[in-house]
Amino acid sequence: MAEETTLHVELVAADRVVWSGEATSVIARTVEGDVGILRDHAPMLSLLADGVVEVQTEDGETWVAAVDDGFLSVALNRVSILSEDAEMSHDIDLERAKQELEQAKQAGSDDEEAQEAVRRAQARIRAVERSA
Amino acid sequence: MVASLREYRAKIKSTQATKKITRAMELIAASRIIKAQQQAAAAAPYARELTRAVSAVATFANVDHPLTTESEDPSRAAVLVITSDRGLAGAYSSSVLKESERLREKLRGEGKEVDLYVAGRKAVNYFSFRQQPVVEAWTGFSDRPKYSDAREIGNTLVAAFNVDPDADTPSGSSDDDDAVDPARAVDELHIVFTRFKSMLTQTPEVIRLLPLEVVEGEEPPAEDELLPLYEFEPSATEVLDALLPRYVNSRIYFCLLQASASELAARQRAMKSATDNADDLIQKYTRVANQARQAGITQEISEIVGGANALADANAASE
Repeated sequence: MAEETTLHVELVAADRVVWSGEATSVIARTVEGDVGILRDHAPMLSLLADGVVEVQTEDGETWVAAVDDGFLSVALNRVSILSEDAEMSHDIDLERAKQELEQAKQAGSDDEEAQEAVRRAQARIRAVERSA
Repeated sequence: MVASLREYRAKIKSTQATKKITRAMELIAASRIIKAQQQAAAAAPYARELTRAVSAVATFANVDHPLTTESEDPSRAAVLVITSDRGLAGAYSSSVLKESERLREKLRGEGKEVDLYVAGRKAVNYFSFRQQPVVEAWTGFSDRPKYSDAREIGNTLVAAFNVDPDADTPSGSSDDDDAVDPARAVDELHIVFTRFKSMLTQTPEVIRLLPLEVVEGEEPPAEDELLPLYEFEPSATEVLDALLPRYVNSRIYFCLLQASASELAARQRAMKSATDNADDLIQKYTRVANQARQAGITQEISEIVGGANALADANAASE
């Protein structure tokens, strides 16, 4: 029965599997806005924006992860979230993330790389706050 | 005699010290191989998912992408050579370099200019010693590559590939004789690296990464697993645009991991035979030293005997 109500979720970073398991819903931020995925979602392949992915497991737990831009692919009740760099919220050091945000902000907002660093740091902080 | 005995002893001692070092390096390499293999295993899911996504887009959206289109008249090829940073790994680096020389010859034979991109200090030294220009070099991660290293290399190479292809003059043959123009796009990208087949065999290999042709995965998707009809957000082209460079990065990462595992295996083997040789040397020197000692003793005895005899003779004569 459990198999018929859940999604198989894999959150994969370039060098490791960050999280994988069964879940009832996944909320992710794509370039076109937040998207919620439940069972029997239509097959979809979309680009993720820097941001937070929320996974609701079968036992009602919520896992939050910060991802930098990557992909979300949904097919046949399998959700794969691919990101070059992904981190679970409980692995993120909030203080350090805040420090990095400050540093990134000070580094200047004009060049694209700095802005990206700011966005990434914000996503990580958001992930921690969301899970708290 | 005594002097040479001391010499042999010194040699034994220094060989023993060398043996300790090579033995330690052997053990370190052995334990790192396991780590490298784990790293490769950890990277496999990402590569698999990415391959699946790329083949999904490629199957359902008939999009032409610069990274997948063959140049009609390829006139310039980039070669990425992956070697180690350090030596002491037997023929590991030199066989990769030999392979890359062969590839360059072949590409030149086809009328293509070759741009060199190298990873690993050994290759940098090799080409700078021969005064061959290298477009870009990366060092410092050969035995423990990180994904960010692969990303850096990948971004550079994709950028070189993506230099506006329309800026090229259509007639390729006349271009070949022209001076090297670094702004011109490369039409092909080859990678020379060492594939880790097993602990005992690692073979240098050449793969052509760009233009991407076959979407080859580490394991082909199962037969019964039909690819569903995907919706693409925002659009198939944009998804592909973002996917392909990442796919390239992940392939490069794969090559780096293979190369590092091969390097460590080669080093382990080289250090093992060095240790064995040291053992042999120590044995040989010990035998020679023993012989020298024995010879010394024998000589001393005969000298004493000779001296005693002479004394006895002298005493007998005086009585």
